[in-house]
Order: sequence, then C-alpha cells, then structure tokens
Amino acid sequence: MEGQAAIELHGVGRDYGERPALRDVTITVPRGATLLVLGANGAGKSTLLRVLATLLRPQAGAARVLGAELPRDGYAVRGRIGFLGHEPLLYRDLTGRENLRFHARLHGVGEARVGQLLDRVGMAARADEPVRTLSRGMVQRLAVCRAVLHNPELLVLDEPSANLDPAANELVEPLIGRSTAATRVMTSHDPAADLDQADLVLGLRAGRPALGGAARGVTAVDVRALYG
Amino acid sequence: MRAVGALLRKDLRLELRTRESVPAMALFSITAFVIFHFGLDRSSLSGDLAAGVLWVTLLLAALLGANRLFVAEREQGGFDGFLLAPVDRTALLAAKATALLAFLVVVEMVAVPAFCLLLLGASLWPGLPALVGILALADVGMAVVGTLASALAVQTTARDLIAPLVALPLLIPLLIAAARATTPLLAASGPAAVPGRWLAILGLYDLVFALLAYAVFDFLLED
Repeated sequence: MEGQAAIELHGVGRDYGERPALRDVTITVPRGATLLVLGANGAGKSTLLRVLATLLRPQAGAARVLGAELPRDGYAVRGRIGFLGHEPLLYRDLTGRENLRFHARLHGVGEARVGQLLDRVGMAARADEPVRTLSRGMVQRLAVCRAVLHNPELLVLDEPSANLDPAANELVEPLIGRSTAATRVMTSHDPAADLDQADLVLGLRAGRPALGGAARGVTAVDVRALYG
Repeated sequence: MRAVGALLRKDLRLELRTRESVPAMALFSITAFVIFHFGLDRSSLSGDLAAGVLWVTLLLAALLGANRLFVAEREQGGFDGFLLAPVDRTALLAAKATALLAFLVVVEMVAVPAFCLLLLGASLWPGLPALVGILALADVGMAVVGTLASALAVQTTARDLIAPLVALPLLIPLLIAAARATTPLLAASGPAAVPGRWLAILGLYDLVFALLAYAVFDFLLED
C-alpha cells in the first residue's frame, strides 16, 4: 500500500440519466498531494468529488481510491475519507455537539475528539445550540469538524472556504489545509487564489478534462480560459 | 449494533425535539375514530367490524409515520453522512424500523383507549393481554414494510404518493391476519380465545418481510 497512489482514475465517466456529467477523466494523485479541480458551474467538479467519496458510482472506466477499486470495494474505504460538500450533512434540529457525537459513534471515534475539534474551530461556546440557529460560517466550521472527526487519509473538499471569514479560515486550516498529512482533492470558489495550495490541477469543461498536470505549470490565464 | 444505537438515538431525539410524527399519527387515529363513530351511526361496535376499524386506522397511522421516516436523511444530508461511515447499510434499516416501531407503540397507547372510549361497546380489559400480543406482532410487520416502502419512496419526487402505493398492497395480508386475530377479543359477548393460526401468520409475515427487507435494503441506498 505504501507508495501506491491515493487516487488513480482511468477514463472515468458518470451520467445523470441521459445527461453525461463526467467523461474520460484520467488522473493519478500521489499520497499526501493536493489536487485542485477547476471548472465553471456544471462542469462536473462536484460529481467527480462525489465519485471519489464513494457517494456516486462511476459508470465507466476504472477508479481506484486508497487502494480500493470503486465501486466494488467502496465499503473498504468508507471511514478513511473525509467529505466536505455543499451541504454540511448536519441535522438542523440537533446541536452541533449532538451532530458530531452522532457521527463520532458511526465512525467509532471517542467522544473526547468532539470536544477537541470544537475547541480548535472556536465553536465550543455555541456547540450546544441547534444547528438551524447558527450562521452559515459557523455551520461550515462544524461541517469541517464532521469531515475530519475520524482523521481521514483522503480529504474531499468541495469549496471548503465557502462562508468562512479569514479568521475562521485560519482556524480550520490545520484541519483541512495544506499542513495536513492527508491527500486532498478540492474545488475552490477562488481558483486563482487557491492554485498555490495545489500540487496538481484538473480542469473540467462540460465533464471532460480540459486542463491537467502540475499546478506550477498552470497560469491565471489558463484558469480564466477554463471559466470563459 | 453501535451504528443502530447511534441512528436510533438520533431519530428518537429528533422526534422528541421536533414532534413531527407521533403527534400527527395519534391525532389522525383519534380523528379517524371520531369519523367512524359518527359515520357508522352506531353507539358501539363489536366483532369483525370493530377489528376492521381498529386495524385500518392503525395501518394508515403507521403509513403517516413511515412517510416522514427518511425526510431528514433526504433533506439534511443524513444519507450521505451515513453512507460515508464504515458501517453496514442494514443498520439504517434496523434503526428506522425500530424507531417506527417505537412511534407505533406510543401512538397505540393513545389510540387504543380512544378506540375503546369512542367505538367499543364491551370492555376490553379481559382481552387486553392478548391484544397487546397481536399489536406487537403486527407492529413489527408494519414497521418493517413501512420502512422499506419509505426508503424506496424517498428517492422519488412523489414520495408522499409512492410510499402508500407500495406499502398498502404489501400490508393487506398483515391487515387480514391482525383483524381476524382481534375479532374474538372484541366480541359483543366478551373476549374469546384468539385463534393461534392468525398469530402464526403474523409471525411468519414478520419473518418473511424482515428477511426480504434485509436482502434488498442495500440496493435501495444505491445512487
């Protein structure tokens, strides 16, 4: 397992009914590296992230994540992936602490970890209020805690900075940022700014790869062209 | 078991906090009994008519609860959160069916006395232990089939229609067996012995649908 790539995709495709959402996606991400997925709205970024998180089945090509063939061996990597999507995956009528305790039990994680994470993201004081009463930035901080509760080896992050102010961004950085040891696949609402966070870039246009390779070779002009 | 416990605790806590299902199920049952009371234009019911009224009402109340069983999972990302965890998917089936079973028990603690008060002529006290046994057997079946139908329906846009359309035909054998088993208990002359055959059919129904639900539930959660 050691030395094996964290993610290997070869010609991966996925449709929603008749509509193709992903086509011929091929990329290899080494362990510990960060892949930034770029593309305009509807380009297939979120679909790709859901495939990597085992939430959607790839319908074409071969996908291997953390050594497990998808979708066949998806069960083997559940619990090793931390997913932060557009939805926080938190119950609105439970408190932040209750939500995190629930996810901790599902993942077999001790409840002490919940308190530690709430402290680290500055949410300890508001952790016993229902999620529906919290601001979107606070909910996003709780969602970050949920995503990293089980110390995942792979972080799949769909616009992780969305709704976070600069101070909150600094708080969550040690959990999901560049300094973590985990492999990261992320999208960004500010791609040009997040390029320096990435080792690799994959640009999608209408579900197909339109840009790829090492991040240092990608310029702001390339990125702009992808969104044009 | 760890996952089932976590899911069940979460569902019960959400119901205690939001009170979305049990009060609606109980209110529906009482309203239905009031409607039957005036609609049938009789001061009291007994025998097979009383059993039919009781079981049709409880079955429809169960469907009300089943319809809302997966709403939070669907609307608040609970499915994704669960699917990301390293747990057997049938834990969700077990937890949801147990939650619905608990809802039904609470509803029946209100609905059965209301039924006695509004519709039943004879006293139910002597037959109460047997009725509790029949309720328990039927509740397990309603909880399993309701959970299965709800899991299927929640993936569709017309879930409020699909769940009853799927569940009602599957629940007909249970309704027949439960009503037939209950009829002697509600006789005008007082409770008589419950035929063991109908209890056995209820038990068999529970077993068959529990196995069926276990076999197919995984596929219902696929994207």
